[in-house]
Amino acid sequence: MNSWTPIASLEDIPRQGARIVATPEGAIAVFRTLDDRVFALLDRCPHKGGPLSEGIVHGARVTCPLHNWVIELDSGQAVAPDEGCVRRFPVRIEDGMVAIVLPDTLVGT
Amino acid sequence: MSKPKLVLIGNGMAGVRTLEELLKLAPGKYDITVFGAEPHPNYNRILLSPVLAGEKTLDDIVLNDDAWYTGHGITLHKGKKVVAIDRVRRCVRTEDGTVAGYDRLLLATGSTPFILPVPGRDLEGVVGFRDIRDVERMLEASEKHRYAVVIGGGLLGLEAANGLKKRGMNVTVVHLLDTLMERQLDKPAAGLLQRALENSGLNFKLEAQTEALLGEGRVRAVRFKDGSEIPADLVVMAVGIRPNIELAKAAGIHCERGILVSDTMQTFDPQVYAVGECVQHRGELFGLVAPLFEQAKVCANHLAEFGIARYQGSVTSTKLKVTGIDLFSAGEYQGGPGCEELLFQDPSRGVYKKLVVRDNKVTGAVLYGDTVDGAWYFQMMRDGTDISAFREHILFGQAHMGDSGHGAESHAVRLAEDAEVCGCNGVCKKTIVDAIIQKKLFTLDEVRTHTKASASCGSCTGLVEQILQSTLGSDYSVSPAKKPLCKCTDLTHEEVREAARTQGLKTIPELMGALGWRTPDGCHTCRPALNYYLLCQWPDEYRDDPQSRFINERVHANIQKDGTYSVVPRIWGGVTNPRELRAIADVAEKFQVPCVKITGGQRIDLLGVPKARLPAIWAELGKHGLVSGHAYGKSLRTVKTCVGKEWCRFGTQDSTTLGIELEKMTWGSWTPAKVKMAVSGCPRNCAEATIKDFGVVAVDSGWELHVGGNGGVKVRATDFLCKVQTDEDVMEYAAAYLQLYREEARYLERTAHWIERVGLPYVHSRLVDDAEGRKALCARFLASQRKAQTDPWAERAQGAEKHEFEPLTPQERNNHACIA
Ligand SMILES: Cc1cc2nc3c(=O)[nH]c(=O)nc-3n(C[C@H](O)[C@H](O)[C@H](O)COP(=O)(O)OP(=O)(O)OC[C@H]3O[C@@H](n4cnc5c(N)ncnc54)[C@H](O)[C@@H]3O)c2cc1C
Ligand code: SF4
Ligand code: FES
Repeated sequence: MNSWTPIASLEDIPRQGARIVATPEGAIAVFRTLDDRVFALLDRCPHKGGPLSEGIVHGARVTCPLHNWVIELDSGQAVAPDEGCVRRFPVRIEDGMVAIVLPDTLVGT
Repeated sequence: MSKPKLVLIGNGMAGVRTLEELLKLAPGKYDITVFGAEPHPNYNRILLSPVLAGEKTLDDIVLNDDAWYTGHGITLHKGKKVVAIDRVRRCVRTEDGTVAGYDRLLLATGSTPFILPVPGRDLEGVVGFRDIRDVERMLEASEKHRYAVVIGGGLLGLEAANGLKKRGMNVTVVHLLDTLMERQLDKPAAGLLQRALENSGLNFKLEAQTEALLGEGRVRAVRFKDGSEIPADLVVMAVGIRPNIELAKAAGIHCERGILVSDTMQTFDPQVYAVGECVQHRGELFGLVAPLFEQAKVCANHLAEFGIARYQGSVTSTKLKVTGIDLFSAGEYQGGPGCEELLFQDPSRGVYKKLVVRDNKVTGAVLYGDTVDGAWYFQMMRDGTDISAFREHILFGQAHMGDSGHGAESHAVRLAEDAEVCGCNGVCKKTIVDAIIQKKLFTLDEVRTHTKASASCGSCTGLVEQILQSTLGSDYSVSPAKKPLCKCTDLTHEEVREAARTQGLKTIPELMGALGWRTPDGCHTCRPALNYYLLCQWPDEYRDDPQSRFINERVHANIQKDGTYSVVPRIWGGVTNPRELRAIADVAEKFQVPCVKITGGQRIDLLGVPKARLPAIWAELGKHGLVSGHAYGKSLRTVKTCVGKEWCRFGTQDSTTLGIELEKMTWGSWTPAKVKMAVSGCPRNCAEATIKDFGVVAVDSGWELHVGGNGGVKVRATDFLCKVQTDEDVMEYAAAYLQLYREEARYLERTAHWIERVGLPYVHSRLVDDAEGRKALCARFLASQRKAQTDPWAERAQGAEKHEFEPLTPQERNNHACIA
């Protein structure tokens, strides 16, 4: 059972940028692309844990600010030849509000 | 809906590389069919020499196996030779009658070895050196027979000879001229090479003209014009290659020595493209892989219908793939009228180096015995670097130019397998060599992405290029004379800036639109560069794009490895006072800053601040008059000073005051890369001004100005620019110098690299010889500073860009929440 929690209006997240949501399992980065798609990933780069929310967003990708790994926002996968994957969270826009399924609801508390 | 059909004739290195590039740009655009006369998938032809020598196996050198073709939906016809092209019906036909229609046709038929027209050329045991079958025939012969003769003392011939000798044959190399590899080497280098090869057991017969091959059925001997004969059970012809153009010619496509192509790799029939050894471009033929790969890139760009790439020819370099022999040659190695030659010889070490120089620019190089600087010289050739500033040292190599990265002894070839090549990323030689072979890498860029070697500070770039060369044989990494800004465009930094200026492009989307960017909003490489270029070009109008800045500049603090930030207040000229120190101490205590550090630039670093607390810490520091030190930016960092005349026994000028003035003038300015300055009160130079981007040293009669120093990755002492009299002069020169650098250097290029590229004489001509120009540059700098000098910390402490520092909070589950 997934429950969607509104976290912000779309306008609160800068285009080509991200905001974070603090959760008990660590920060989640919520990205907004140039064409207003949103994606949510755990804010930890699969390389050495860099904060992905601080990276430069281009297309549907983000470049980690620490060592320039590039992560696909839709799959959480590192762009080859780097290898690694970061956890994704369901996210959607409804009535201009960004809603996300937070991890505690995922485990069904 | 059916896709357009693309047919490739020639399953070799250039053709398949074009497909690879095309699949990157426009996957699925075409239905692709490939015809290859050889019964193999695509393999790395240049590694045939190591296969012959027993250093690699055939499996090692396959570039794309059958699964690759299937995986990309490509129909592959192996072992099928195309014998006719029907340009009216747009189809091709093979020997066995297979027919395929095309919308676009790509010819990449390579070349064929030239076989001397002498009697006996058809005997069994006479082979060329071109493909797997030739290698197989040579290996077979080496198992059963003893005497091999290689006709041709060029690159290919010597590699064949070396391989056959390693396979246990008695080998003689026959050459028409009196020196080996005359197309790459001058006489002295060729002599050294010959001696080394003789020592390793090869025989040579130079100035020998082959008259006939003797034997019945199988070859038995070679006879020369002078009547002499030598025994031969195997004869390898390596006397040159001929572009394979028969098919194109028969189809009525215009050919001269090769198939004529334009800068877009199109033949006279615009539906038909051609790449590789079979083409002739601007009168030239190419027989090395590096230029072919450039052609492949351009061709793919047009097949993908981007239509913006141009092939403009290539400069190439070569390296002989014979283990134990270090040899590099590039460009106009012979010299000639209007050229100077710089020579270095050390016969007992077996080292010979020659640089050909024209108008203070390197135009050719021959290196024997010590090739570690080949890549460096080649880079200078391509960049047209003015070498007058370091001409005395140039032959001693880059290591003597203050490259602290790796010592002079670092010969890529002799380097131990486990020797660390890239210190930043801890990559050893073996990892690089393995990646080159297993992952089939050809360029520096590819090695960087796959191994991370030279991906950080770049000081090991030359070494990595050497390893590439010694593994693969020629210099793949640096063939294009023109280096695009990033993968999103084919334009260079200079072309982009020029376009912004002349076409009045004033935003990043406008620039990308007008210049045909391949990506919707660029990448982490181009966006920060474009943001800077626009900011520099339109200081009054351009609105900064925070999303195109690296996090450090976006939040005005340094990100550290654990995701916390460090905060460095400005300490003007390195002078502070108890009030400021107390303020810093109070802040450190109040915010429980875990580490307080004095930096190398005479400032105080507060390390370990969580991002969300930054605005509060800044507000507190701001209350005591402290502003941002820009320790995070591509901008002016510090102005280091000594105590000068006011306190020092030796001081002749007031360096501290001048340093503070310089800092007050230049702080806040954005620059292509970070900039550091220093002022010393006498030639003892306690502020270390001669390793700064701009250094000022007092002398009795005024100030000496020094430029282009760097104390970082690659230590570089400054070049002396000129001497001036007054403090005002120093200020004017500093502003003009910074503005010239701001307007002309590439983004992320430090002044040290910029000056090495454009040459000190150029900077001198703009700043010293041209007083009016200098004043104009200075005025432009000061004008751009009017908008730049606002303290970013104060703005953010007052709430600017608030979203950066505050996390989102999940809201109460109201009626927006629903159960899915
Ligand atoms: C032994 C050796 C060592 C070399 N060493 C180096 C080196 O160290 N550095 C370097 O840069 N370069 C080196 N080269 C040169 C390099 O290999 C060539 O420049 C490169 O392979 C040319 O690529 P291409 O695609 O034009 O031709 P090829 O790779 O030769 O491909 C052409 C293909 O087209 C096929 N073909 C031709 N006609 C037809 C037809 N009618 N129908 C179907 N198929 C056809 C051929 O069978 C062949 O497979 C070396 C070459 C050899 C032979
Ligand atoms: S540089 Fe000269 S003036 Fe400055 S502190 Fe050193 S000795 Fe004194
Ligand atoms: S932590 Fe993200 S690239 Fe290294």
